[in-house]
Amino acid sequence: MPDLGLNVLLQGKNMARLLGGLWVALRISLIAVVISIPLGILLGILMAGKNPVIKAILRVYLEFIRIMPQMVLLFLGFFGTTRAFGWDLSAEFAAIIVFTLWGTAEMSDLVRGAIISIPKHQYESSQALGLSKRQTYLYVILPQATRRLIPLSINLITRMIKTTSLVLMIGVVEVLKVAQQIIEANRMVSPNAAFGIYLTVFVLYFLACWPISLLARHLEKKWR
Amino acid sequence: MAVLNWEVIWQYLPLYQEAAILTVRLGTAGIALAILIGLICAIVQYFKVPVLRHVVAVYIEISRNTPLLVQLFFLFYGLPKIGIPTNATVCGIAGLAFLGGSYMAEAFRSGLEAIPAIQTESALSLGLSQAQTMRYVILPQAAAVSMPAFMANVIFLLKETSVFSAISLMDLMFTAKDLIGLYYKTTECLFLLVVFYLLILLPVSLLGSLLERRLRHAGFGS
Repeated sequence: MPDLGLNVLLQGKNMARLLGGLWVALRISLIAVVISIPLGILLGILMAGKNPVIKAILRVYLEFIRIMPQMVLLFLGFFGTTRAFGWDLSAEFAAIIVFTLWGTAEMSDLVRGAIISIPKHQYESSQALGLSKRQTYLYVILPQATRRLIPLSINLITRMIKTTSLVLMIGVVEVLKVAQQIIEANRMVSPNAAFGIYLTVFVLYFLACWPISLLARHLEKKWR
Repeated sequence: MAVLNWEVIWQYLPLYQEAAILTVRLGTAGIALAILIGLICAIVQYFKVPVLRHVVAVYIEISRNTPLLVQLFFLFYGLPKIGIPTNATVCGIAGLAFLGGSYMAEAFRSGLEAIPAIQTESALSLGLSQAQTMRYVILPQAAAVSMPAFMANVIFLLKETSVFSAISLMDLMFTAKDLIGLYYKTTECLFLLVVFYLLILLPVSLLGSLLERRLRHAGFGS
């Protein structure tokens, strides 16, 4: 059986480097997730509100971000803004900004959907029971909306992790780039390494996302 | 901020047009295959076909939890090493279908599962045959429930075609990257890129909301 790159991975620090590359990608998505969830909740509540001007502005932001491929957003953030405004962004920082903007847009849409999905009679019944506006939101609307929201936002986290693989294209040295480097460096020793190493990257991403998806599905079933 | 140079834009326009056609063509082929795979998977899961349903479940987990870019790298650079020849076009379409199949399957399945059993039972007790029940009672309702997720998936998959540039398919993304690298007209190239993606995706998005509104009649009682 020809060597398919698994030997190469076990040599020296190759596996550790690959995991380090995965961490670079995960770190970008985690920072973006941590910032975009609270921001998204805030914007989502504003979008479910009544102020038409704010709603219109947020709508344009949301539609633009959601309709553009994430790769285009990355290019706009990394090549476009640096060129237009003359500042100097590292690729990683640009990626964090772009994924935060994107995550905020997606999150705010989920929040808006969750709030709107609460039927009107819930508001009316709480009012009939004599609850104040604040109490209605705090004790009736938010608990129900949160239950619908949490599985969806966990799914969003896996989507963000998957999407960070794109940062390769703006030159961040993440797991795919490290894989390429390892394959190039061992071209003579193991010409078929690409199969094993890309398969490993594939499995690594799966292992990073699968537990999160399972958690989301579990919560979805439990809270139905 | 740099002002757009319209001369450059006119000069690049044909290149982008060609790339846009490729993007749409690959996207359509991939999405068509994804719908087919999704339908098969949803049917297998709905009727709980033994053995096959486990295969489908594993496929859906794998496909949903890995990024398209990694899938494409494996298909395009990995497979030839074990003697399976590939080319970029086939890889791109196959990758999109592999990814999209699971998303479509989930959309169709959630539609089918949203129809309560009482609908089937009532239809059967009214004397409709199994096939008629499916055709006139279940499918129209399921289609209406699936529609938002289905259209969202179509848009998602069209957007994902931008990843094809990584395996050197000359789509919009690749063209933009290439031109930026060659001539440094970054602002113009990115402007055209955004405009062309909007031209492709906005109509689909509008069609989606139109269809959603049209089909909502099936949502009885909500």
